[in-house]
Amino acid sequence: MVTADAVWAALGEIPDPEIPVISLVELGVVKDVSVDGDRVRVEFTPTFLGCPALERMRGEMETAIAALGAEAEIEVVMDDSWSTDRITPEGREKLRAAGFAPPPPREAGEPALVQLQSATHRCPYCDSAETRLENIFGPTPCRSLRYCTSCRQPFEQFKTI
Amino acid sequence: MNERVRLLLEIADDELILGWRDSEWTGIAPYLEEDVAFSSISQNEIGHARALYELAAAELGTTADALALDRAPEDYRCAPLVELRRLEWARTIARHWLYETADAVRLEALKSSSDPELAGLAAKIDREELYHRMHAEMWIDRLLAAEEGRAKLEEAVLELWPYALGVLDDELRPVFAERARARLPFPLPDVEPVTRGQHTAELAELLEEMTSVRRSAPGAEW
Repeated sequence: MVTADAVWAALGEIPDPEIPVISLVELGVVKDVSVDGDRVRVEFTPTFLGCPALERMRGEMETAIAALGAEAEIEVVMDDSWSTDRITPEGREKLRAAGFAPPPPREAGEPALVQLQSATHRCPYCDSAETRLENIFGPTPCRSLRYCTSCRQPFEQFKTI
Repeated sequence: MNERVRLLLEIADDELILGWRDSEWTGIAPYLEEDVAFSSISQNEIGHARALYELAAAELGTTADALALDRAPEDYRCAPLVELRRLEWARTIARHWLYETADAVRLEALKSSSDPELAGLAAKIDREELYHRMHAEMWIDRLLAAEEGRAKLEEAVLELWPYALGVLDDELRPVFAERARARLPFPLPDVEPVTRGQHTAELAELLEEMTSVRRSAPGAEW
């Protein structure tokens, strides 16, 4: 019989469809796993509602659970339970190593424009804090664009959500 | 149609139609950054519309796609503000800021709703809308920083003001009007709102274009 640990391990092998250096478990979109005989129920808390990767994540979780010999039931949780604070420390380090600046933690209250415009975000290439906001929006809903004035490299910054 | 479904469709239609209008800047915005910004905002708004349509579809026994694309023009519940085709920058920014400011008032109310599905989804949507509001506020600052921008913004806001008031119902409208007046340095008159339930000719044109692919192959899975 399949165990919850085995399911978590299998889901931890699924790469994010858009940023494959990080797994779905590291991304924090798997909220809960429960096993009842050969039925596995996964609570999936999506990132951005307009993200086209969501359907694919869901399909790949179903496939991975089927490969364990169980039947998947993916329940999509439509509330604000996903936050970038759910990205694991390992996941954050993998993002940084791949050139994506990880999202700063949510502070008390909401992220504000003044924080985005501050120079406290570090460049993922040279670690300088001399960076500036180029665009709140980027190539996907989850990213902003910044520029490092030390190494003159534009980079992608995960939005804090 | 019950009150809950009516509310879901109102917000979903606003987000879908505005998302479509925002996508009209893809490829032709005045700066590359704004091309990216409006394309991304559009993607978010259409994602919000889908999630809201799914809740409504579960009650109506239909699908989100059918609600988004198969209804007759007169059955859409969007506010006339989002229907207007405004391929001009000052008006685009004015509408963007007016809509996001009104939408924030609506989301705040929904987040404290006793309906857990609605409250939860509103909280999720609001996390994304926060970035839309930051973007809109940044542009208001930019336009107000010079006389030419200020004059163009004022003209555009005054033209759209009756439409903006029509986004919210009687109960929430005063909160929105108060915030708008506190933010903008020019007076906003007391006017009759252009409310939901009436449509501009521009909506029919938009729907004709938006649904053309779906109508070309009824029942197809994409």
